[in-house]
Amino acid sequence: MTLLSVKNLSIALPTGSDRALAIKNLSFTLDRGEVLCIVGESGSGKSMSANALIGLLPEGVTSCEGSINFEEVDLLKLNEDKMQALRGRDISMIFQEPLSALNPLMRIGDQVKEVFEAHNLLTPSERRKRALELLQEVGLPDPIKMIDAYPFQLSGGQRQRVVIAMALALKPKILIADEPTTALDVTTQAQILNLIEELRRKYGMAVLFITHDFGVVADIADRVIVMQSGEVVEAGQANAVLMSPKHAYTRALLDAIPRLSFGEAPPKPTDQIPILSISNLSMTFRSRSSGIFRKARVVKAVIDVSFNLHKGETIGIVGESGSGKSTLGRCLVRLLVPDKGIIKVGGQDISQISGDSLRQHRRRIQMVFQDPFSSLNPRAKINRILTEGLIAYGTDKDTAQAKAHDLLKLVGLDASAMQRFPHEFSGGQRQRIGIARALALNPEVIIADEAVSALDVSIQAQVLDLLADLKDRLNLSMIFISHDLRVAAKVCDRIIVMHAGKMVEFGPTKQVLGTPKTDYTRSLLNAIPGQDFERALAKQHGIKL
Amino acid sequence: MSDFWFRYCKNRGAVIGLIILVFVIACAIAAPFAFPRSPWSMVQRPFLPPFEMEGLLLGTDALGRNVLSGLFHGARVSLLVGLVSTIVALTIGIPIGACAGYYGNLVDDFLMRFTEFFQTIPSFALAIVLLAIFQPTLGYVILSIAIVSWPPVARLVRAEVLSLRNREFIEAATLSGQSNLRIIWHQILPNALPPIIVLASLMVATAILLESSLSFLGLSDPNVMSWGYMIGAARTVLRTAWWLSFIPGIAIMLTVLALNLIGEGLNDALNPRLRSLEK
Repeated sequence: MTLLSVKNLSIALPTGSDRALAIKNLSFTLDRGEVLCIVGESGSGKSMSANALIGLLPEGVTSCEGSINFEEVDLLKLNEDKMQALRGRDISMIFQEPLSALNPLMRIGDQVKEVFEAHNLLTPSERRKRALELLQEVGLPDPIKMIDAYPFQLSGGQRQRVVIAMALALKPKILIADEPTTALDVTTQAQILNLIEELRRKYGMAVLFITHDFGVVADIADRVIVMQSGEVVEAGQANAVLMSPKHAYTRALLDAIPRLSFGEAPPKPTDQIPILSISNLSMTFRSRSSGIFRKARVVKAVIDVSFNLHKGETIGIVGESGSGKSTLGRCLVRLLVPDKGIIKVGGQDISQISGDSLRQHRRRIQMVFQDPFSSLNPRAKINRILTEGLIAYGTDKDTAQAKAHDLLKLVGLDASAMQRFPHEFSGGQRQRIGIARALALNPEVIIADEAVSALDVSIQAQVLDLLADLKDRLNLSMIFISHDLRVAAKVCDRIIVMHAGKMVEFGPTKQVLGTPKTDYTRSLLNAIPGQDFERALAKQHGIKL
Repeated sequence: MSDFWFRYCKNRGAVIGLIILVFVIACAIAAPFAFPRSPWSMVQRPFLPPFEMEGLLLGTDALGRNVLSGLFHGARVSLLVGLVSTIVALTIGIPIGACAGYYGNLVDDFLMRFTEFFQTIPSFALAIVLLAIFQPTLGYVILSIAIVSWPPVARLVRAEVLSLRNREFIEAATLSGQSNLRIIWHQILPNALPPIIVLASLMVATAILLESSLSFLGLSDPNVMSWGYMIGAARTVLRTAWWLSFIPGIAIMLTVLALNLIGEGLNDALNPRLRSLEK
């Protein structure tokens, strides 16, 4: 039975945007109890359509055409008061970033109670009881204690559970989930997806699930809508869309998903001395001052890590957030000073050097950063970004510029990029510039810290191809830090699995991911979304071939 | 740049502020040509009310000096003091704030305690004490105003640097072997500039007010005609010749208002994301 039907919805963007319509002629229906996934890359208008349903379009975006019918009422024609009554009670929403979706200065119990308050339901004591029940229902450990906690005291997954509890408080008919697991680790993501599925069954809610991850789609969707630049390119039953996509764009997106596949055993190292050798590295963070009543907080981020990296090899470091993988990377490039241990680059220990000798050393290890938007100085032209490192090491301006030209060509960008500012480029292009910058100083080792995690899948695949290509052509030695096992499997010869600062497993990719020895690695592998789909796909191909 | 102007001009108040300021600057530039005689020279009988005599549009003051000429010459002093003292305050405040924010730890502690030392003393009282120690010449007036107004700059710059220095492009600059000074100067400060510019425009306004207050009390350079001095000199005759305080008062008010409006407009134009979500 149709609960919600959207007909010919068009939303105009303010003048001067990259396109005239955020959404063009969007039509779909949502039935009771079904999960409809809207899939698309960033900028495809998928979040905008969810916001339109609940009447929360961003400032400057107002003009809507078409109709959104919910139980015989056109939501676009409702006034703000009626819309407010509807929000939370009939349609509720969970957001991508649970930390910013919760009020940081309010206890979580109060935030859940507020939902009832806003709709003038129940007495205060009943509200507390219901809040407690809800927190229990979403699987928060020890809800009686947790109800008085503040958001910052909870982990990311726990926060998302609280947001879900708030969304479920009034048993809405439709739950809109806007990328609810994107900010979470794989294992937490799997738990949250299970929770949403469980609650949907229990309450018979319709779920509108917005995501960019086809793996997630495969796990939960009944029906799928694929969007590209504001238009629907394909829609249909999940199985049909995933197994036999009709539109080229859908196919491209599906092909771009990194598969958990790994090559043969890494080649035997040819060099005697490893290019990078780490032994017993430890790093502890201490809060700067201890209060009168409290001890200084001590976090052991990296504990006793040792490994060797040989020339031409790529080692992947995988783990969940907080496992210390980024701290390790920052110690290796000496943005942090490790407490203990030795970092040898070409036989020379650099773990404690400082001042000018550190500055002279820096060019030997370079880093590719995660966020393509904050890793380039917004006020510097690409020309300056690529040449200033060379100039700092005494190369003259003309040689540096010639080199920058070559680098741009190497990473697949046009030479005209030199005179442009970072904001004129897309995320993938910026990441290419970041890679060019890292290569500018001819480093011996490159450390890529989540270098592709902020990118859309199709762009991610391109950047990974670029990295693989550069690795072959320049015989680069690389340390690839990632939370995504599929991505790591694609580019790495050997893999280190980190958990709570320690190396729990280390070996050739095929061995670590193919026949994992520890439970932790197994749990990471099991949490990868879309595995049934992968198997089905493999089978389908098996039959076809 | 055209984008900047477009956003600036969206704020109507800011455009009005800019028009007023351009007018005041024009007066200041025109002063020696429009009124070649010294503003201190007596030209007519005292207490001539405005609009009574041809050539003396705003009348004369208690000693028969031309009020309009005083206003024009006073504009020079006000703008000069406002601008130069702000530049001096920025040259003290920016390095201190940038070093505190960038190096952190002990450097930060030391520099911020030093800044707080200045912040705990009421700025006007400190300016008076400083002028009592120095000689009351225009240079020292500017210097004392700068000394009492740099702490907010240091605070602001420190906060900006703190938020910028952990950005990835700063880490990338460190890794590419650039020296700390180069990173502060070429990477961080250009990105911290918009709020500094906004603060500076407001500081010019406060400096003008401060100078007026000082000359009202007779602590400023006695050889320089300024708006504050005109009000101060006319306060004894407030009941009989109110316009003598009122006219320079309006001049101060309009100039300060113009600068505040411009500050707000600059804020809108330079930090568009604070106002509205622009995508």
